Amino acid sequence: MARKLLLEHINVPGINTFDVYRSKGGYASVEKALKTMSPDDVVEEVKKSGLRGRGGAGFPTGMKWSFLAKPEGVARYLVCNADESEPGTFKDRYLMTYIPHLLIEGMIVASFALGAKTSYIYVRGEMMPQIRILEKAIAEAKNAGFLGKNILGSGYDLELYVQPGGGAYICGEETALLESLEGKRGNPRIKPPFPAIAGLYGCPTVVNNVESIAAVVPIINEGGDEYAKVGIGRSTGTKLISAGGNIKKPGVYEIDLGLPVEEFLYSDEYCGGIANGKRLKAVVAGGSSVPILPANLFFKTAKNEPRLMSYESLAEGGFVTGTMMGSGGFIAFDEDQCIVRNTWNFTRFYHHESCGQCSPCREGTGWMEKVLHRLENGHGTLSDMDLLVDVSKKIEGNTICPLGDAAAWPVASAIRHFRDEFEWHVTNASEAVVRNYGLAHYADPLDIKETA
Amino acid sequence: MKVIIDGIPIEVEPGTSILNAARQIGGDVVPPAMCYYSKLKDSGGKCRTCLVKVSKGSEKDPRPMPKLVASCRTAVMDGMEVQNITSPEVLEARKGIVEMLLINHPLDCPICDQAGECDLQNLAFDHGAVKTRYEFDRRTFEKIDIGDKIQLHMTRCILCYRCVFVADQITDHRIHGILNRGDHSEISTYIHAAVENDFSGNVIDVCPVGALTDKTFRFKNRVWFTKPVDAHRDCDHPGCNGKVALWYKGEEVLRVTARKDQYGEVEEFICNTCRFDTKKTADWVIEGPRKISHKSVISSNHYEFKPLPVVKTNPQLQGANKQQFERDTRL
Repeated sequence: MARKLLLEHINVPGINTFDVYRSKGGYASVEKALKTMSPDDVVEEVKKSGLRGRGGAGFPTGMKWSFLAKPEGVARYLVCNADESEPGTFKDRYLMTYIPHLLIEGMIVASFALGAKTSYIYVRGEMMPQIRILEKAIAEAKNAGFLGKNILGSGYDLELYVQPGGGAYICGEETALLESLEGKRGNPRIKPPFPAIAGLYGCPTVVNNVESIAAVVPIINEGGDEYAKVGIGRSTGTKLISAGGNIKKPGVYEIDLGLPVEEFLYSDEYCGGIANGKRLKAVVAGGSSVPILPANLFFKTAKNEPRLMSYESLAEGGFVTGTMMGSGGFIAFDEDQCIVRNTWNFTRFYHHESCGQCSPCREGTGWMEKVLHRLENGHGTLSDMDLLVDVSKKIEGNTICPLGDAAAWPVASAIRHFRDEFEWHVTNASEAVVRNYGLAHYADPLDIKETA
Repeated sequence: MKVIIDGIPIEVEPGTSILNAARQIGGDVVPPAMCYYSKLKDSGGKCRTCLVKVSKGSEKDPRPMPKLVASCRTAVMDGMEVQNITSPEVLEARKGIVEMLLINHPLDCPICDQAGECDLQNLAFDHGAVKTRYEFDRRTFEKIDIGDKIQLHMTRCILCYRCVFVADQITDHRIHGILNRGDHSEISTYIHAAVENDFSGNVIDVCPVGALTDKTFRFKNRVWFTKPVDAHRDCDHPGCNGKVALWYKGEEVLRVTARKDQYGEVEEFICNTCRFDTKKTADWVIEGPRKISHKSVISSNHYEFKPLPVVKTNPQLQGANKQQFERDTRL
């Protein structure tokens, strides 16, 4: 069993309270950082760790921090992006619910490293319980002298605020999040300038995912080099995966990056295999916006190498035969799932969540949704597939923010890999509304495991 | 700073956007812009029709930019090389954008007051496809009156945000804005309040389509049957200098607008008194007929089929646009 870095004490009763968390070695990184290290040392340590952003894009966190502009006399901000709304991803909510002090500890260290005197945790509006949990945890930490003026006598002041969002998916995009935090309509800004130059209230700002900030705690406790030993290649450390779909044991798992996907899906330590003795048809490996993969391509890359749970291995083959790590929302589909219906469902989500600022995404997502709805309900034509691919190409890369790409990729990849299922929906329209296409030749190459 | 657009070099000030650099060259290499408005700060970047390809980032960092960029919001760098009409990728993307802009547009040009001076109409004429592939119902909205002089027909809107910026930057307060999101978003006021201030009429001029129309001119005449005449008056409103274009039909002034340049942008904003309340020739000092490009539908009364703009003297551009040329002339 691999060592847990983030969820080590998750099962300790009362770990959500300050006293229990402290007795398990919590806030040691704050003491270490504030008493023995300079802010630049902390940034250096995070750089050494090779930590990559856990929110989806996988941009190295240390690099992001070092890009932060530091003009004299201008405030700097750290904003934690807890607006987790990707379908299939629920790791941040889990972390904030059960071990909120880990996030707060990470926020203190990260704010210290960036020289931020005020930091915000932007929590999605639907997560009201988590907002209360975080506010309680902040009050506890403040009481114990880890927040407020002159933390631990180091002369460093930090105020931490929790800001509930309105529950819009688009506010998870960093510049839309900043707009929303400023009290405006959550429309993404046009970049450049990037938030590292002009972010919140026009000041240099770093926006990080909850998990990235939490991962700073083990990095400081154990040192960046030690952290970098976990994982494989440029994918260092551990990652929280929210496993869902037709698996036996859905939930949040902390894995060492580089774990073989077979082990993750079938071992009892993690997902425990496909539920009800069925077989795997397809996998969305990193949340709804990454390309979907059929089972055979998911286990083996096009070069016939086994696939690993790491940024590089999942992306092996590019968008043609690969996918992305994304935010770690792992969704497995068994043989009874309809890919057309699922693609329609994803598109419906993006149609609903498009902010409507730039035209390709505003009009294109709605168009794709309508075409897919027609296909799913047996009124499609064979040219619809080409139309969908064409529309997704017109959206991809032409929008202000990555939501357009996120809407286009699942559609393009589903048609690329499951075209015969789409065609079956057209040619056997009356049958398609009553039964599913089934497994076809997408079966995973493994034997069916014995089920208990 | 030196920048090369479609093979044509030009020297521009640092901080100039690619679009403005292209406008300094002028002619065919200027990307179309539906939402950018040079007089309005922070406008642009939304419609994506001005996408261009940056094939060389700058002298220092010659890497090309990974995606197409919005030329209205991207500043030039020294030694930057930009492809607009020479890049098939850009033309393809632009065609896609035009199609997207039109799928929810009612295409009611025959009864629309904006027809003839409509940016979307011109854009679709130059870059759009002949047929649409969209087979679903278009979104529709009820017409609403925002104030007694302006009507909002949201169905035609392409959400360029220009009128929002006008209200923010030209008038003293804004009471209209964007409601909802995605393709349900609409320009509206909170519970149908009237937009009432001295400069509110300018939203009509900046609107690239017929979504905001002048109620004193609605259904009076087609734009190309009226003749524009430059005129001015001694306007006592601070902030308005009274320089306008009068649109005549016979002896009668049918409407008053601000003077628009070749890109459809007003030269100076005018107040509501000049626009709505002074429609007699006696109120104005006539300067002379307004110059309108002979290619414009306003002077020729019809659109002319012409191949996509090609710089005639530049062999590089001719070569790159050969396909386009052939396709359009066949049409």
